[in-house]
Amino acid sequence: MSRSILRTVAIPLVAVVLGLLIGAVLILSQNASPSTAYTALVVGGLGDADAVLRTLQKATPLIFGGLAVAFAFKAGMFNIGGQGQLLIGAVFAAGVGFGIDNLPMVIHLPLALLVGAIAGAIWGGLAGTLKATTGAHEVIVTIMLNFVAGNLTDWLSANPWKDNSGNNIVARTPLVEDSATIPTLGAVPVGFLLAVAAAATCWLVLERTTYGFEVRSVGHNRNAARYSGIKVGWVMGSTMAVAGMLAALGGAVESLGVDGRFEAGVNVGLGFEGITIALLARANPLGVIPAALLVGLMEAGASRMQFKAGVAPELIDVIQALILFFVAAPIIIRWLLRMRHDTSEQLQLGAGWGKS
Amino acid sequence: MKPQQKQLLYAGLAVMLVVIWLFYSADGPQTTAVLAGTVRAATLLALGAMCGMIGERSGVVNIGIEGQFLLSAFAAFTVASMTGSLFMGTVAGIGMGLMMGWMLAAMAVGLKVDQIIAGTVLNIAALGLTSFFYDRSRSLGMGKYTNIDLGPLADIPLVGTVFFSRPPLTYLTMALLVVVHIALFRSVWGMRTRAIGEHPGAADTVGIDVLKLRYFNVTLAGGLAGLGGAYLALEAVGTFSRAMSGGRGFLALAVMIFGRRTPFGAYAAALFFGFTTALQNQFQLNNTFDIPPQFVGMLPFVVTIIVVALSGLVGSMRDPAALGQNYEKG
Repeated sequence: MSRSILRTVAIPLVAVVLGLLIGAVLILSQNASPSTAYTALVVGGLGDADAVLRTLQKATPLIFGGLAVAFAFKAGMFNIGGQGQLLIGAVFAAGVGFGIDNLPMVIHLPLALLVGAIAGAIWGGLAGTLKATTGAHEVIVTIMLNFVAGNLTDWLSANPWKDNSGNNIVARTPLVEDSATIPTLGAVPVGFLLAVAAAATCWLVLERTTYGFEVRSVGHNRNAARYSGIKVGWVMGSTMAVAGMLAALGGAVESLGVDGRFEAGVNVGLGFEGITIALLARANPLGVIPAALLVGLMEAGASRMQFKAGVAPELIDVIQALILFFVAAPIIIRWLLRMRHDTSEQLQLGAGWGKS
Repeated sequence: MKPQQKQLLYAGLAVMLVVIWLFYSADGPQTTAVLAGTVRAATLLALGAMCGMIGERSGVVNIGIEGQFLLSAFAAFTVASMTGSLFMGTVAGIGMGLMMGWMLAAMAVGLKVDQIIAGTVLNIAALGLTSFFYDRSRSLGMGKYTNIDLGPLADIPLVGTVFFSRPPLTYLTMALLVVVHIALFRSVWGMRTRAIGEHPGAADTVGIDVLKLRYFNVTLAGGLAGLGGAYLALEAVGTFSRAMSGGRGFLALAVMIFGRRTPFGAYAAALFFGFTTALQNQFQLNNTFDIPPQFVGMLPFVVTIIVVALSGLVGSMRDPAALGQNYEKG
């Protein structure tokens, strides 16, 4: 392994170890055994074919969510709107999934994914376009759009698209047709393969195409990019549209491959985890995959950990926050490892709510 | 403010008063309920906006207000429930807010972490910690803060109920608005604070320790968010529940921008946002209009987007020049 790769991996790796160590202290404070808890966590996420399936299923929306943040990062924008974009993708994919019947799978399933993706692209692109045209900060706008999306999807699943079978009173859509359900190959959900393909595509686009070069130029220095003739506004708008599309695909896969429908309140918080994933991966699209697998494993094993060791599954959230903290403030780890300071490692967004 | 803007403001106020009077004469109890709800919803937003304002005036963006609210509410609720004293709970809430402020300062000022990422860490950590330590069986064990009538002032129709028959932390917030206004615009501290937000390099050359003052201000501002958390748990709701801050920490940022980073401006904006919330509750209570509650629920957020977009277009709403930039001593 070359030295530079080692350096890149060292900080996230140590961050994970530190997060787990502090997590162990929290487990002790609850009078439980850290070794029992962590063993249960790993067995629950990798122990058998079912566990692996669960881990891959949990990792899938995390990959999409992580990409949605990482892609926007490359253009110097912070997309906190993953949650809203995911909900929009999930509800529209489900809408196509249950609303149309008698279509062959080769048309129905891609169509449902496509509609979800387009809806998400519009939702994300809105924030990017506002940023480009009015200077409205994407952080505020995407957070607000999260709430709007939450209300909108609640309404859709409680009113026009409500499941009226039996005595259902829950705000949810009917089950999607079989022809729109994402299949599973053994222990590998096809949605996971889609997510990996999306990560590879993002990497290719960012590193090997002119568009990717433009995106990265805007991220490095917006003014320099403008002077060199790049249409900065268009790049910002389209980058956020791509980011929205990615998060929405994560939601669509949840609806079509895991839940089988859209249900209000089920996907709450899922979109925010993309931020952790993207930072853990240092905004590298390929790094998103192992980061998502790690967090997916923890989430898949959390219920077994509660069952076997009596530790609240929310411990996972605390560990994630700790990991995020150590990755965001690499100075602590660098001091631990006696590493030299390297400014290229620091993620910088720059801020200000209005024009920039 | 330009004279024209002032005229516009007064005209707007006059129209508003006439409208309120018309509604009040048509349906007294309903109007009183909505306006009292407006003031109730505005308190938390005003506290969050003041927290954000002090940070931003010093050049530090704080998007961790949501997390500060949540963890402070948790601390306030837990301590109040353990000690049986609302006052001790409030003190604990403020203390937790100060600690969260200090953590933000340690990351954003000390370790020079990107300010937006630092705030996000606070938000995620607060949600995780409060969910992990949340004890479903715990209850406050007593009533929340109750209304205190301010003597004869409380007997004035409408205005008395809306402003002078409020619980203690609401009065405290109103007093703090005046204090923060004077401190920011009439004191040496305020001048220095605004200087390090506009031009830290120049402030440094005249002997202001930029990093130290930013550290101090962001920590202090955390105390205001901490009071907000205590207000949420002990005065507004009377219990703690998971993710109870419900996005109002973010809404407070919009209120701050809308109010041009001034305390009174922010309070006016907070009342406006509070009004949409109160209206929504009233709609849900008595079904007068056939609007789905979800659409009324969207209103404050849609308004925020429009406001933020307009504030970018209207040049007069200018950010502090050094906002979001970490300062390196040259």
